[in-house]
Amino acid sequence: MPEQPGKSAIEVRGVRKVFGTGDAQVAALDTVSVSIRENEFFTLLGPSGCGKTTLLRLIAGFDFPSAGEILLHGQDIAPLPPFKRPVNTVFQNYALFPHMTVAENIGFGLEMLGKPKAEVKARVAEMLKLVKMEALSNRRTSQISGGQQQRVALARALAPQPKVLLLDEPLSALDFKLRKEMQIELKRLQHETGITFIFVTHDQEEALTMSDRIAVMSSGKILQVGTPWDIYDKPAERFVADFIGETNFLTAAITGMGNGKARATLKSGATIDATVAEGFQPKDNATVVVRPEHAKLTSGKGDLSGTVENIVYFGTDTHIQVRLDSSEAFTVRQQNTRSAGCGFERGDKVGISIGNDAAQVLRD
Amino acid sequence: MASAEEVAKDAERREIRDRWLLSAPALIIIFLAATGPLLIVVIYSFLTPGPYGDVVWKFSTDGWLSVLMQRDIFDDTLAFADAHLSIFWRSAKLSFLTTIFTLLFGFPTAYFIATRPARQRNIWLFLITIPFWTNLLIRTFAIQEVIRNEGIVNTVLIKLGIISQPIQMMFTDFALMVGMTYVYLPLMVLPLYASMEKIDFRLVEAGYDLYANRFQVLRRVIIPLVKPGIVAGSILVFIPALGAYVTPRVLGGSKNMMLGNLIELQFGQGRNWPLGSALSLSLMAIVMVALLLYVRSVGRRGGAHG
Repeated sequence: MPEQPGKSAIEVRGVRKVFGTGDAQVAALDTVSVSIRENEFFTLLGPSGCGKTTLLRLIAGFDFPSAGEILLHGQDIAPLPPFKRPVNTVFQNYALFPHMTVAENIGFGLEMLGKPKAEVKARVAEMLKLVKMEALSNRRTSQISGGQQQRVALARALAPQPKVLLLDEPLSALDFKLRKEMQIELKRLQHETGITFIFVTHDQEEALTMSDRIAVMSSGKILQVGTPWDIYDKPAERFVADFIGETNFLTAAITGMGNGKARATLKSGATIDATVAEGFQPKDNATVVVRPEHAKLTSGKGDLSGTVENIVYFGTDTHIQVRLDSSEAFTVRQQNTRSAGCGFERGDKVGISIGNDAAQVLRD
Repeated sequence: MASAEEVAKDAERREIRDRWLLSAPALIIIFLAATGPLLIVVIYSFLTPGPYGDVVWKFSTDGWLSVLMQRDIFDDTLAFADAHLSIFWRSAKLSFLTTIFTLLFGFPTAYFIATRPARQRNIWLFLITIPFWTNLLIRTFAIQEVIRNEGIVNTVLIKLGIISQPIQMMFTDFALMVGMTYVYLPLMVLPLYASMEKIDFRLVEAGYDLYANRFQVLRRVIIPLVKPGIVAGSILVFIPALGAYVTPRVLGGSKNMMLGNLIELQFGQGRNWPLGSALSLSLMAIVMVALLLYVRSVGRRGGAHG
């Protein structure tokens, strides 16, 4: 998918964040640069400790970068205290004020901005309607459920009409069903308000389903930025491919390049065409990834051959785990039908064919 | 044969009896240690003073009347006397100021401790409680050493040439305030700390995030959250301050009397135990009324959590 040009809402330039001093120094963010566009649902995805929350806190202003710039619509906001940034946060555990009612919580930001009482009141009513909480406006925040608290936290952060809304794993405390509901709700709110959302999560599925673009982070670095489709189908590095979805890794010899594709000769001797990760430096040996659903199992000869080790039924599909003759493991995902089984049994000698558009060569 | 109903009734009766027996030790202690002595004070306040202290078992309301009145020694008529009332007022005023000062100094102290890393906090708390290990009298004399005319402050100021005559600080309300604030500070810091430690500091961040500056975060977020600590600390300081005895005696001298000293006087040199008892009970009544008013006003202004 081509990169769509757009004005950037947030521009992070060479930001480093170091915690501790001397030998105990830890770089939570290691020279990160990323540009987040206006009206975008942008997700920072990574395992805990990857630096995604640190980056969010730097944008919010709770911490200050050790080096680098953070631009909001072209203006460097890195030295500003949080109360001078037109950026609001939805906290992981909501951080609603327990000594205030729902309406007081939502109106707090506007009140602090010195808006007239009538305007605050009108805006609070509007926000209550937006998150469907009109009936509970006079409740204390301890008297409402987790999902309702989540809505209030959203309304509170949206009420002052920030330029950018930061969301720090806001759905992680909710149960599965509520989480699904809130995912849709969040998308709706982003669409209706037209505010740039920066969403932090460690849940790859959440990231894929909700985001316009995703930045995958690990050990204080951004490994790849792209649309969910880019990230899933064209992973740049092993970590990205492994963290998002299931993947088969194969070692291959690169025997030629052309047309933006590489010719990769697998250990089985078969040669396939594969797309190439951004920034790939031509070299002799590389890792090739194939998603389980992009490979096909055959009883005849394929690009690879091996023995069925295990068959796992998942309802929508069946995962067939194969031990290749080269002793690598390979999983094939096969769509289920109502009437027939998967057609293979444990111990079967099988072939695996990899389609023309199924493989990607990684950068590393 | 007993009917089922009777059996059930019997069991119930036995249960009630057992419950009384089990709570008897607690009830006895409450009576002997709290209610009993108080009852003696009430009785004494309605008796006649003996010539060498103690009481004579003869009913009299003179003890109570003397709280606010004075009997003329010639014609035995009663007239309003404000001597005791002014000491009551002074005590209330000084105790109130002590509460304010301990709050002013204790709040930042508690906040400082609560925001240290968890392992450091115990060391700071330990330092706060160290004064409790020393006798109150000795701590008060230490303050005297600092502020008396030949004390540290005056000596240094004279040596530096800032003043030529020592500043009279001993036996003034200033000395009293310094002493009382110092003595009662830990009683304010500890409950404040207990409240602050429980604060979720993300709420403070949320305040900053929603455009509240430092002062607004303090006023609108932190203070409402530590209100239980402020209430507890104020009560813990105000009540003992109202009955303070050692500090006003040592630092305030005989002119700057507080209630505690007035009551002590009646049981000592004054030899008027009924008056002393009546004054003690008046003090109790004042504390109770003050507490009720305070708790109610705090409750109305902010509303309780939850």
